[in-house]
Amino acid sequence: MGNLTGLLFAGGLGFMLLAIAGGLDFGAPPMLIGSAIQAQAPAETGATNIVTSVVLGYRAIDTLGELSILFAAAASAGLVLGRRHTSAGTQTEGGFILRTGGGILFPLMMTIGFYIIFHGHLTPGGGFQGGVILAAAFFLPLLARPGAKLHHSTLSLIEGFAGASFILVGLLALAEGKAFLQPLLIQDTLGQLFSAGTLPLLYLAVGLKVGAELASLLSRLAQTEASQ
Amino acid sequence: MIPALTPELILYATAIGLTTIGLAGVVLSVHLFRMVLSLVIAEAGVNLMLVLAGYRWDAVAPILTSLGEQPAMVDPVPQAMVLTAIVIGVGVQALAVSILIRIRQRYATLDRWEVAERMDADIAATAGTPRDVSQEAPLGERPLPPIPAKRVDPSGSES
Repeated sequence: MGNLTGLLFAGGLGFMLLAIAGGLDFGAPPMLIGSAIQAQAPAETGATNIVTSVVLGYRAIDTLGELSILFAAAASAGLVLGRRHTSAGTQTEGGFILRTGGGILFPLMMTIGFYIIFHGHLTPGGGFQGGVILAAAFFLPLLARPGAKLHHSTLSLIEGFAGASFILVGLLALAEGKAFLQPLLIQDTLGQLFSAGTLPLLYLAVGLKVGAELASLLSRLAQTEASQ
Repeated sequence: MIPALTPELILYATAIGLTTIGLAGVVLSVHLFRMVLSLVIAEAGVNLMLVLAGYRWDAVAPILTSLGEQPAMVDPVPQAMVLTAIVIGVGVQALAVSILIRIRQRYATLDRWEVAERMDADIAATAGTPRDVSQEAPLGERPLPPIPAKRVDPSGSES
């Protein structure tokens, strides 16, 4: 009975989505705001990546809310998992190739993570993507050597500092007489590494925060699971 | 009648199919971890749907490659929203998995009905009340016996 209801629900949902999608004109979206943003974004924010100018310029407060949601999720996961357990003795150390490969990959992943963060306003990428790569770079040695521990206090410090600097950049715009988190365009240098005003600073804060949060979350999950 | 297999049909079918399969999995699965995985599948379908909503024919990614005349670009707003959705999805999944770890440590199972059963017993034991075995039967005696009609006095005083 329950299965039948569930199947009916799923089928009805699929039919509803199909009916909605059938009424859409594929390839010609009716939204006009996208074209308006495309026409104005390079002059208003100075970023060549228009997605970045939407995420950090036009919807910056949403991004702040998203960071808060991510922080709430990480904090409640830590609360649910409780204090950390030592995983000594429950997991064997990785082999030679895994350990050496982890050691070699760590600086390379750090480099590419920061590259993606710093070029977020020019090329595809940005703080979220680069932050995930940074978290993976910190998590990789943990997979090779399960006994190793991340410094959770350092990670929380980085996370808090990054979140505070995101808000500070927003307040800076307020002090300049603009709206909260409005991008400050210093000079017109479209397409260069140092351009787009405060957007790279915001993305750096986002990248550090996401990286630190995910790294501490992953290590917490791994260590709790090891204590089973 | 089978419509022609155009790219947009395939893409829409994938998006809708992933969403439907994922939500069916959430409703139907018995194992709690499979429920989380179904949620991930549904999320992928919804994200694909959002990106498709901003597509334009013969358009490039919304990144300026040269100054001057710009080619047609896809809508950047759904892409930014999907970026948000993916990150929030990761947070939700991490929270769900950590709750699952706790459930497994406490009850040593991830079967949905079994966990619900043991949780119910646990709550009843903590509260010191008898277990609610049936959903339909009343939970014991009526709290107050019905008041006889002749003893009801509107003024409140019994004479």
